[in-house]
Amino acid sequence: MHLLVCAGTGCHSSESDLVYEMLRDEIERKGLDKEVQIIRTGCFGFCEKGPIVKILPDNTFYTQVKPTDAKEIIDEHLIKGRSVHRLLYTDPETMEHVLDSKHMGFYKKQLRIALRNCGTIDPENIDESIGRNAYQALGKVLTEYSPQQTIDIIKQSGLRGRGGAGFPTGLKWEITRKNDADQKYVVCNADEGDPGAFMDRSILEGDPHSVLEAMAICGYCIGATKGLVYIRAEYPLAIKRLKIAIAQARDYGLLGENILGTGFSFDIGLKYGAGAFVCGEETALIHSMEGKRGEPSNKPPFPAQSGYLGKPTNVNNVETFANVPVIILKGTDWFSAIGTEKSKGTKVFALAGKINNVGLIEVPMGITLREIIYEIGGGIKDGKKFKAVQTGGPSGGCLTEKHLDTRIDYESLTAAGSMMGSGGMIVLDEDDCMVSVAKFFLGFIVEESCGKCAPCRIGNKRLHEILTRITEGNGTQGDIEKLRNLANVIKDTSLCGLGQTSPNPVLSTLDNFMDEYMEHVYDKKCRSGKCSSLLYYVISADDCTGCMACKRVCPTHAINGERRGVHWINQEICIKCGACMDKCQFDAISLLNDYPREMADVISN
Amino acid sequence: MITLTIDKKKVQVEKGTTILKAAHKAGVEIPTLCHFELCDMGIENKPGGCRLCVVEVEGRRNLAPSCITEVDEGMVIETHSTRVLNARTTVLKLIISDHPFDCLVCAKSGQCELQSLATQFGIRSMPYEGEQSKYRKDSSPSIIRDVDKCIMCRRCEMMCNEVQTVGALSAINRGFMSVVAPAFEMNLEVSPCTYCGQCVSVCPTGALTEVDHTNDIIRFLADPSKTVVVQTAPAVRAALGEEFGLEPGTLVTGKMVTALRELGFDYVFDTVFAADLTIMEEGTELLQRVRGHLAGDTNVRLPILTSCCPGWVNFFEHNFPDLLDVPSTSKSPQQMFGAIAKSYFAEKIGVNRNEMIVVSIMPCLAKKYECQRDEFKVDGNPDVDFSISTRELAAFIKKANIDFLNLPDEDFDDPLGESTGAGVIFGNTGGVIEAACRTAYELHTGKKLEKVEFTELRGMKGIRSATVDFNGLDLNIGIAHGLGNARKLLDDVRSGKSNYHAIEVMACPGGCIGGGGQPYHHGNSEILNKRAAAIYTEDERKIIRKSHENPSIIKLYEEFLGEPGSDKAHSLLHTEYFPKSNALTMHLKS
Amino acid sequence: MSKKINIPPELFTYTERVTRANGLEVIVNLPKEKIEKINDICNSFDNNPRELVNVLHETQHAFGYLPAEVQDVIANNLDLSVAHVYGVVTFYSFFTMIPKGEYPISICTGTACYVRGAEKVLEEFKKELDIKVGETTPDGKFSINCLRCVGACGLAPVVLVGEKVYGHVSPDRVKLILDKYKR
Repeated sequence: MHLLVCAGTGCHSSESDLVYEMLRDEIERKGLDKEVQIIRTGCFGFCEKGPIVKILPDNTFYTQVKPTDAKEIIDEHLIKGRSVHRLLYTDPETMEHVLDSKHMGFYKKQLRIALRNCGTIDPENIDESIGRNAYQALGKVLTEYSPQQTIDIIKQSGLRGRGGAGFPTGLKWEITRKNDADQKYVVCNADEGDPGAFMDRSILEGDPHSVLEAMAICGYCIGATKGLVYIRAEYPLAIKRLKIAIAQARDYGLLGENILGTGFSFDIGLKYGAGAFVCGEETALIHSMEGKRGEPSNKPPFPAQSGYLGKPTNVNNVETFANVPVIILKGTDWFSAIGTEKSKGTKVFALAGKINNVGLIEVPMGITLREIIYEIGGGIKDGKKFKAVQTGGPSGGCLTEKHLDTRIDYESLTAAGSMMGSGGMIVLDEDDCMVSVAKFFLGFIVEESCGKCAPCRIGNKRLHEILTRITEGNGTQGDIEKLRNLANVIKDTSLCGLGQTSPNPVLSTLDNFMDEYMEHVYDKKCRSGKCSSLLYYVISADDCTGCMACKRVCPTHAINGERRGVHWINQEICIKCGACMDKCQFDAISLLNDYPREMADVISN
Repeated sequence: MITLTIDKKKVQVEKGTTILKAAHKAGVEIPTLCHFELCDMGIENKPGGCRLCVVEVEGRRNLAPSCITEVDEGMVIETHSTRVLNARTTVLKLIISDHPFDCLVCAKSGQCELQSLATQFGIRSMPYEGEQSKYRKDSSPSIIRDVDKCIMCRRCEMMCNEVQTVGALSAINRGFMSVVAPAFEMNLEVSPCTYCGQCVSVCPTGALTEVDHTNDIIRFLADPSKTVVVQTAPAVRAALGEEFGLEPGTLVTGKMVTALRELGFDYVFDTVFAADLTIMEEGTELLQRVRGHLAGDTNVRLPILTSCCPGWVNFFEHNFPDLLDVPSTSKSPQQMFGAIAKSYFAEKIGVNRNEMIVVSIMPCLAKKYECQRDEFKVDGNPDVDFSISTRELAAFIKKANIDFLNLPDEDFDDPLGESTGAGVIFGNTGGVIEAACRTAYELHTGKKLEKVEFTELRGMKGIRSATVDFNGLDLNIGIAHGLGNARKLLDDVRSGKSNYHAIEVMACPGGCIGGGGQPYHHGNSEILNKRAAAIYTEDERKIIRKSHENPSIIKLYEEFLGEPGSDKAHSLLHTEYFPKSNALTMHLKS
Repeated sequence: MSKKINIPPELFTYTERVTRANGLEVIVNLPKEKIEKINDICNSFDNNPRELVNVLHETQHAFGYLPAEVQDVIANNLDLSVAHVYGVVTFYSFFTMIPKGEYPISICTGTACYVRGAEKVLEEFKKELDIKVGETTPDGKFSINCLRCVGACGLAPVVLVGEKVYGHVSPDRVKLILDKYKR
């Protein structure tokens, strides 16, 4: 019997390490340590209900386990063979406990390739990885295939880059292979800067060997002996596990000189990112690795021609690499059977926002948004109405109701005005103001723009200023047109991928939620009530007793009315401090998100 | 060769050519801002940052920056489609929206590339007003930084780091707040800045300008108790005309002298006189060191380095403090002039040095700093009171509504206005060492030099070397212009690999003709070539072309100094150097 | 958040002599142990200028922040201009020239946390501590920083105090969290 305790970041944050310790102590105390093995694993993906404890072989899935639950799990489940029902996942529709995790909606539609080992092995123990076929693909490639044959396999599989634009991976390797040089480099982009996406982190924390193995395979293919992982310094756990994995792989002769006695040598080092979103762009990443400011440069030359230290360099992201060993072992036919015509395999998404099952999911390409949101995600939180889903990270776009049945792949997302990006998927409900959401993303871009090219440096700042103006009720005629023109020009003229996609949140919300923009600008109204400047304090004539309490407390003398007469608030003067509402003893003052026109008429008359 | 179509015109260019250059070949000029090139010098700045040179390439998703996009076979390019024009105008408006609107009082007004683009694009409104980035202003002895006006073209950063390897400037911060500045946004004065002024000479806007001393000079010109003496550096006469619309390379020596007299200077003298004096001292030092070396004196340091360029002096004080005994101890011509003017000449006309104001007109910004150095002061009174640039002089002439183009030619005053062709060529890279050779040859061999031109020392290559035959004595000579090139030669000296006897270094590309105080060349290297040619023409026109034959120099030694290298010459015409730290928070051990 | 840096004078208190590569003796305002520590870090990366970002990481890890003279010593060791080092330090948001508080508070402002109300939580922390983002309280106890996703989106909005993660933080929990550290 195996006890798997999730030690991913989400669960780790909710004291899963304590849960692990309590369980382990309890097992020892009960003398079960011969029969029961307890393992700390990578992320299960179901972060919403962490910490997770899974018991094999019966797939019992305990959620939100507290350290104090340890004794009960051991006593009941392990000794008496009875499930602890209160810790089981409850199906939100049937309200029944799910005994086997295979029957959970969250997992039913998933297909885990890149995440295949996350949540099943101890990432700090190479033997467990090897038990799950790690480094078999490397061995097969080194002994059976030539570099070109291996590249052909990757090409035929249809694998495309999982970090953004979806460039065919095999082709990228081939181009780098064809550029002759005395030294070449394999770089793994683990600078996951997209806020709200954490798949790369989960893979590195849960299954680091799959990435190391794939990098070595890539090195064999392109003719490189040196690999570098460029990883965010904010990922201490992933760094620790990578370091352990590299050391163990070296000990086993799976990295270093003369791997598996084949004469092929390959070693991997770490380079740390330091908090710059733009470093996810490959030329910026390379400059950062060279000890410079992480500013992108024009392509061409591509890294495949002149990359790290001016040498041909192949850059792939973590998830892309994680797919490689499986493709080698299971074959191209198996892989290319999954997905759509142009987008093969699976994609990991980080599902977050106003959704019931927040977490990390891996689904076959071609799945619809509806399946993801309602079947895997368990629908919108608190029974609210779905409004949009933002995909592709800060420079992605918002998709709406009408896109719910679109089959997701690289092409369809781009056509819908968004992009695959790294796979962030933020669900928004009726309480979200789309202008504010666009402003949020632009705020992020303004902070993260490197400043090298003028349209991104100044243009996005101006976009953000206009959006701020609109959400504060100061939008004027022409603002929407300015937004659109600026956004189009920034897209058309920016230097790198960050700038070229940065206006997407504005453009896609303009396309899909123009009415909300119009309301903000012309009616000074925010239908979701998110924009506090567009809320109005209004006194109900029915409830007002004319006690004058509100009038006395108003700092700007915005309240008018005689004693015992009905009071009213002059919206032109009101600074929305809320003092009147606090003071009113008769609940006569309320906050509305619609401009009280009748009142305005009263005043003007 | 690659064939492509630009604005419906077929053009053939070599592989690797950028769209910008291909368009130029097709007669289509695409506007640029951050792009900067001095092609003869191998200096190029193309970060692709301003995005004003974008063009539409058929089949491409977004617009292509023409300055960094290379041509492809069969490319079809449109440089002024509606899409392109809208993009360019919008981006230009964005750049202007983060730039102060104080053109009327900006030092760069009329020369500002951003301003001319705004005119070219007919910008009449500012729809994208918003927050403007604000930074601290900084004034050093030579250079003013008004970084609110920085548009992040990165030209200065490229000049300071790649060409000059000074490392005073870097892009700092990120995004909207990014700007080019010294470390910790401290003042240039505490940075390793050499005041070479190359950042100023390439800055497209008013973010980097020189400190203007014109008003100080006007104050003293108006004071009848002061005798105001002016000296003009050789490179000024070859460039000043450009400011008045004359063809680059037009010599305006005579008009310049007349203009200075009209402005009210009491004596108009020539720095070239002091250049001849420099040759007497430096040439003597060179011969002494070489002879000592040949005689087996192991205490002699070779090579000898020229020391007439103050930017260069600052550079080796900062970067080669361990080699301070290598450069010649001779002062620069500007400072030799000041020292002689305020001693020999002041005595001659019976004026107290405190009542004499010495002004220099220089192609250089480092000279402003140099004349403020403590070692060039006597009891607090500087040998040279003010140094103004060629640009400031032009502005001064215009301010005084002098019709420069129609001025008659006049001659310099005596005695400090008499000069030789050898002194004139100080303005070009290689000129100092050529002038030194003309004199040292005759002094060493005792023979007359038949052919005064040492053409092997001329040219625009960044590092040049030549062996000059001094009648059996082979003298190995190295020449570098641009401080990055100088660094390479000095690294060899430090590691003992250098086999030169003498090295000439000029901080600015091209020498003084390309100085930081010259009229803006806007990246046209042809202008520098023409100025250089004008300097050589001026040399050819001179009857006397060797410094030691200058009668006023001979007289100066007879009447006053004795002989080159005498005690008096040493106290007046030689100096010493001080180690400086490159780090901002480190202080030298005192 | 763009950084505007005012270097406090107290960062310039210590004085020590070091000999620079070119034999020039200079005075650095740092105690000897710190200079030796920086030298060790630089040496462990072979004084390779390309390792600048990694060197800065290790140095910040050792000292908590990167004051001006520390950058000077690093520049000297790696043979880079100080301006370059400063340019790199100010480019990356992870590097700071201001010492963080005893309890550094990091509020995740990633998208998942944003849509679940991180902005209001941030406002509450700013109000409670009366400091802005990037600042440290006068008593040196707390500092506020924003960070992007910590990968705990299931717990959004997320706040970190030091290494400790607080999930599902609402504005009214802010005071309770702070009280734990105020004692």
